[in-house]
Amino acid sequence: MSIEIRHLSKTFPNGFQAVKDVSFNMETGSLVAILGPSGSGKSTLLRMIAGLEIPDRGEILLTGREATLLSARDRNVGFVFQHYALFRHMTVWDNIAFGLQMRKATKEEIKHRVAELIHLVQLDGLEKRYPTQLSGGQRQRVAVARALAPHPQVLLLDEPFGALDAKVREELQEWITELHEKSQVTTLFVTHDQHEAMSIASHILVMNRGIVEQEGTPLEIFDHPATEFVAQFVGETNYVDAVVTEPELAIWGPFKYSVTGYAAGQKVRIYFRPNDVYITSREESLQVKGKITKTRFKGPVIELEIEVGGDKPVLAHVPKGLTLASGFVEGRQVFVGITGFHQFALPGQ
Amino acid sequence: MSAAIGHLTRGTSGPRTGQLTEPRWIQIILILVTLGFLGLFLFVPLAAVFTEAFRKGWSVYVAAIGEPVALAAIRLTLLAAAIAVPFNLIFGVAASWCIAKFEFMGKNILITLIDLPFAVSPVISGLIYILLFGAQGVFGDWLQAHHVQIVFAVPGIVLATTFVTFPFVARELIPVMQSTGTDQEEAALVLGANGWQTFFKVTLPSVKWGLLYGVILCNARAMGEFGAVSVVSGHIRGVTNTIPLHVEILYNEYNFAAAFAVASLLAFLALITLAAKTYVEHQFQKSSAVIPVDS
Repeated sequence: MSIEIRHLSKTFPNGFQAVKDVSFNMETGSLVAILGPSGSGKSTLLRMIAGLEIPDRGEILLTGREATLLSARDRNVGFVFQHYALFRHMTVWDNIAFGLQMRKATKEEIKHRVAELIHLVQLDGLEKRYPTQLSGGQRQRVAVARALAPHPQVLLLDEPFGALDAKVREELQEWITELHEKSQVTTLFVTHDQHEAMSIASHILVMNRGIVEQEGTPLEIFDHPATEFVAQFVGETNYVDAVVTEPELAIWGPFKYSVTGYAAGQKVRIYFRPNDVYITSREESLQVKGKITKTRFKGPVIELEIEVGGDKPVLAHVPKGLTLASGFVEGRQVFVGITGFHQFALPGQ
Repeated sequence: MSAAIGHLTRGTSGPRTGQLTEPRWIQIILILVTLGFLGLFLFVPLAAVFTEAFRKGWSVYVAAIGEPVALAAIRLTLLAAAIAVPFNLIFGVAASWCIAKFEFMGKNILITLIDLPFAVSPVISGLIYILLFGAQGVFGDWLQAHHVQIVFAVPGIVLATTFVTFPFVARELIPVMQSTGTDQEEAALVLGANGWQTFFKVTLPSVKWGLLYGVILCNARAMGEFGAVSVVSGHIRGVTNTIPLHVEILYNEYNFAAAFAVASLLAFLALITLAAKTYVEHQFQKSSAVIPVDS
C-alpha cells in the first residue's frame, strides 16, 4: 500500500505544535525511516497515519484512498509500540491471534496464520508463554508478529528497538530488514537513532520541530545535508564559524574554504566530518600544520583531537591500523587536510 | 521504619562480618511492640466476641441466630449488599475507566467527588436521605402522595449503603488502570477491536484482580455499615434492621449472649474478607509484576 501525506498538521490541546505542514509520499513495498530527535513530531506523525491521533489539517491517503478521518480499526495497518504493548493476560499465541479474531477469521485460518507467524518470528515452542516470561527481544518479536497477523497493508513501528540493549537491537535491526525482504509489506518506522535509520531504511525522512528537514536515501542525507540541522544531527561532525574575507573565500584559522554567494565580512558555519579530515606525517598539498592533543579509542577508528590554530581543535577519525602504523600519538606534529565540507549561513545574516 | 540506618562492621582480617540491618535487640523490641499492639487491639477483642458468643453454649448461640428477627436482619443485610455491591461495581469500573483512559474537563472534580463518602461522616450521609426523602424532606410530600416509602424502609437502607460504599471499587481501580496506560487499548484498536471488545477482552482482564479486591472491600463495608444505615432505618425489628443494628438493639436490651452471637457473624465475615483479600492481593501482585525492560 502506498502512503500519501498532504500538508498534515497537529497541535495538541496544551498548545504544542507537534507536526507542521508535513507532506511526503511512500511507495508500496518500501522501507522508510522517520529520523529525528525527541519532540520532533515523528511519533505523532506515525500515530496520525495509524489513526491513533486526529490531524488538525491535511490529508492522509492510503493506496490513493482518503483515510484522514477513518477509524484506526478500519485502516488495516499494523502498529508496533516502543514498549511492546502486548496483552499481558494473554499467551504469545493469543496475542498473535487477537487481530485475526477481531477480523472474524475462521478457527482454521487463525490456527494456520498464527503457526506461520510464530515460525516467521522464530518463537517456536514459546506459544504458551506469557509476555512476562519472555525477554525484551522476544516480546518485540511477538509484537511484530501480532501486528502482521491480520495481513496489514502497512507496518508502522514506533521506536521499535529503543528499549533494547545494543546487542539485541542490532540482531533485531537485521531481522526486520530480512522480514521486510520476505514479506514486502510497506514499512515505516520512527527512530532517533541515525545508525538504525541508515542501516535499515532505503529512504529517510529527517524531522525536526514538526517539519521534514530532508528526505532522501541514507547516502544523500549523509553526504549532502540539505539543512544545517541535518548536517549536525546526522553523523558526527566538526563545525567552525568562518569569515568571508573576499568573494568566494571564507577563512577559519589556517583553513581557507571556497564558498559562493556570500559577501565579504559575512560569517558562515562550515561543517566537515571527522572522516573527511585526512592526516599525514609529511606535508601534502592543501594541508596545514597541526598537533595531536588527544586521542580517543572508538573501535575501528581512533578519534584524534588536533590543534591547528583556530578557536577549537579539529576532530579526525583515522582507521586504527593507520593510526598505529603512522605513530599518531598525543603531542605529535601532523599535517591536516579537509576533503569535503558543507556551509550554511549563520542565522541572522 | 524509615530510620533504617545500617552500619557495616568490617573485620581487618578474616571473613567480612557485614551487618546492614538494625542490631538484634532493636529488631526484637520492634517485633514485640507490633505484636503487643496487634494483640491488644485486634486479637483480644476478636477472641472476646467469640467467647462471649459461646458463653451460654451452642444451643443459645444457634437460637440467637435462628430467631426470626435475626434471620430478617441477615436477609436485609445480604439484600443491601447484593444491590449496593453490583451497583458500585458498575459505577466504579465506569468512573475509573473515564478517569484513567481519557482527558476531559472537570476530571479532578470527579476524583474529589468520588472520595466524598470517605470524607463525610456516615451519620451525615444518612441524614441527607432523611432531608431529601423524609416526611418533612424535599420530596416528602410527593412521595407520600404516591405512597412511596424510602426512609425508615428497605429502599433507604439500600441507598445509604450504596452511598457509603461507592468509593471502594473506583479508588482501587483508578491507580491500576492508570499504571497500565493506554498502549494496550490502542493496540487492540489498531488490530480491529471495537470499544466493547477492547473493554471486555483487554481492559477488564488486565485489572481483574484489582477489581476483585475493590469488590471484597466494598462488600465488607456494605455488610458492616452502621452509622448511615442507623439514621435511615428507624429500627423496626424484623423489617428495617440490618445485622449491625440488630446487634445494637440486643446489646441495649442486656441480651449479651445473643448480641455477641450475632456479632460473631460479622466477625466471621471480617475473617473471610481478610483471607480473600490476602489471596487476591497475592494474585494481584503476581499479575502486576513490572515487565522489566531488558533483553
